[in-house]
Amino acid sequence: MKAKGKEETAVGAEILSGKGLTRVFGFGPNKTVAVDHVDFSFKKGEIISIVGESGSGKTTLAKMLLGLLKPTEGEIYFAGELRDISSHKKKRQYWQNIQAIFQDPFSSYNIFRKIDAVLLDCIRMRGGRRLPYDQKRAMMEEACSFVNLKFDELTNKYPFELSGGQQQRLMIARIFLLKPKILLADEPTSMIDACSRATILDMLMNLRDEIGMTPIFITHDIGLAYYVSDTVYIMEHGVFVESGSADDVILNPQEPYTQRLLNDVPKLHEEWDLSTV
Amino acid sequence: MSKVILEVNELTTKYITRFREDIYAVDHVSLKVEDGKSIGIAGESGCGKSTLALSLMGYYFPPLHYSSGEIIVDGRNITGMNPDNVRKTILGNEISYIPQAAMNALNPTQKVIRFIEDVIQAHNPRVTRQEIYELARERFELLGLPADVLQKYSVELSGGMKQRTVIATSVILSPKVLIADEPSSALDVTSQKMVIKMILDLMEKGIIKSLIFITHELPLLYNVTDDIMVMYAGQIVERGSADEVVFDPIHPYSKALMGSIIVPEAGLRDVKLTAIPGTPPNLKNPPAGCRFAARCKFAMPECQAISVNLRDTGGGRTYRCIIPEEDLRKAYENES
Repeated sequence: MKAKGKEETAVGAEILSGKGLTRVFGFGPNKTVAVDHVDFSFKKGEIISIVGESGSGKTTLAKMLLGLLKPTEGEIYFAGELRDISSHKKKRQYWQNIQAIFQDPFSSYNIFRKIDAVLLDCIRMRGGRRLPYDQKRAMMEEACSFVNLKFDELTNKYPFELSGGQQQRLMIARIFLLKPKILLADEPTSMIDACSRATILDMLMNLRDEIGMTPIFITHDIGLAYYVSDTVYIMEHGVFVESGSADDVILNPQEPYTQRLLNDVPKLHEEWDLSTV
Repeated sequence: MSKVILEVNELTTKYITRFREDIYAVDHVSLKVEDGKSIGIAGESGCGKSTLALSLMGYYFPPLHYSSGEIIVDGRNITGMNPDNVRKTILGNEISYIPQAAMNALNPTQKVIRFIEDVIQAHNPRVTRQEIYELARERFELLGLPADVLQKYSVELSGGMKQRTVIATSVILSPKVLIADEPSSALDVTSQKMVIKMILDLMEKGIIKSLIFITHELPLLYNVTDDIMVMYAGQIVERGSADEVVFDPIHPYSKALMGSIIVPEAGLRDVKLTAIPGTPPNLKNPPAGCRFAARCKFAMPECQAISVNLRDTGGGRTYRCIIPEEDLRKAYENES
């Protein structure tokens, strides 16, 4: 019943926030602080990007948000309430609200399970276990056609029989069925080439309008972040060094780190300054 | 006109699958690279970029097989050479190749210097270790890499450093042509910049004479190479200078490809990225006509039937389309 109340949250209300979120790996001389007392507040419906280089702690943060890693310190609030994933049941409930797409579609699927099973699982998670098969099939067909795949060609196949772009689209079809409130996309387009990238981004944006979710992009591609998002967070060594609206951060960066990142990206209309390496 | 370093005429190579099917991944590709020039190859995954890179070396191993055409390196025809001979006399000496995940090429149980010794001694067994060390140290310093890297194991180096070490090693014998296949795709922007700077340094300092650079990242290609070739389904569909191909593409495929570029510059958010509908054709039985026809917005009925050769516009630009250049330009204008 609680979940129902949350759906009515007004647009712009806080959906996910964190206070002093920290994660430490190792101890003693090998201690690494991957995420260091990070505060954030993501609003419902806005598109958020977290940008940083390898090793900046983006993925660790994503894993904590998903509940796959326990924070060493700090709290995460979901829809205004402290997140509670202490039991398996609560965790499953939480995962109805937050889902992820990962970088590498080739390693995101169980290789022993067919595509039908992947999609049926999603229907089951949304409480459609007892639906007649025809109805389930119609749902799967709808989800596949949303991402320009044909269910008739996929049924009885294994995910690894598809190309990388197709697998990534199947991942989006999963999200379409699950209708989560938050989607964490961890480098969703870095393994696929530039022309399929536009397709994937289009689909994610359509999905956002369709089911009203809040997408969070985690990426090292500052151009992608600028293109898709409303709010950009720049992460360096586990800390957000700069955040703000995409136009402010990208076109008028204040922090030297952001300036350096932008300077290092090859561009079309500005000369790429190779002397600053 | 300066000297042509690498000339490829109508090169066709194929994969033979275990079902004995022929897949022509590189189909009648011709190109010329002059001394001091670099050429970029762009295209989506599966269009044959990497196969072209492998084919250019003249070193074929199953399932890749040579079919027809010729490769001439600095006046020497290397087609039909015995693979062992190619490996001993061409690879490393004349043509060097950096694969996509070059950093994984380092043996974790050996120091970097042993790796370099292997490379040099494979071509000239008489060189002593001392000579190799001196040569390697000099070369590494010239390229801005610390000489103590030589005494390290690969696990002690960062990703970008490993990549640069492998590149420095692969050009240790000063080859004439360097073929770089996505040398920076696994790195973040700062390491990518260092790798690119090093490759450009190699050209500038005369260690290599010409460069073939393969990537699907167009902004990078635009900044690195003089010329760009766009590849689609095993064929070259357009070639021109980097400026021309990026800002003024002729072929509908290149046009669509340029519409998918994302760079963090003002104005990007006002543009809608174009996605190309459909998928590339299966090369097992490629279409009889234009290979892009099925996905092309401007396709006419005859596109499906007639296959077109590359058309020269004059001024070194070529494109493969049945529609004349002016009509294509008009169509693009009407669209926008």
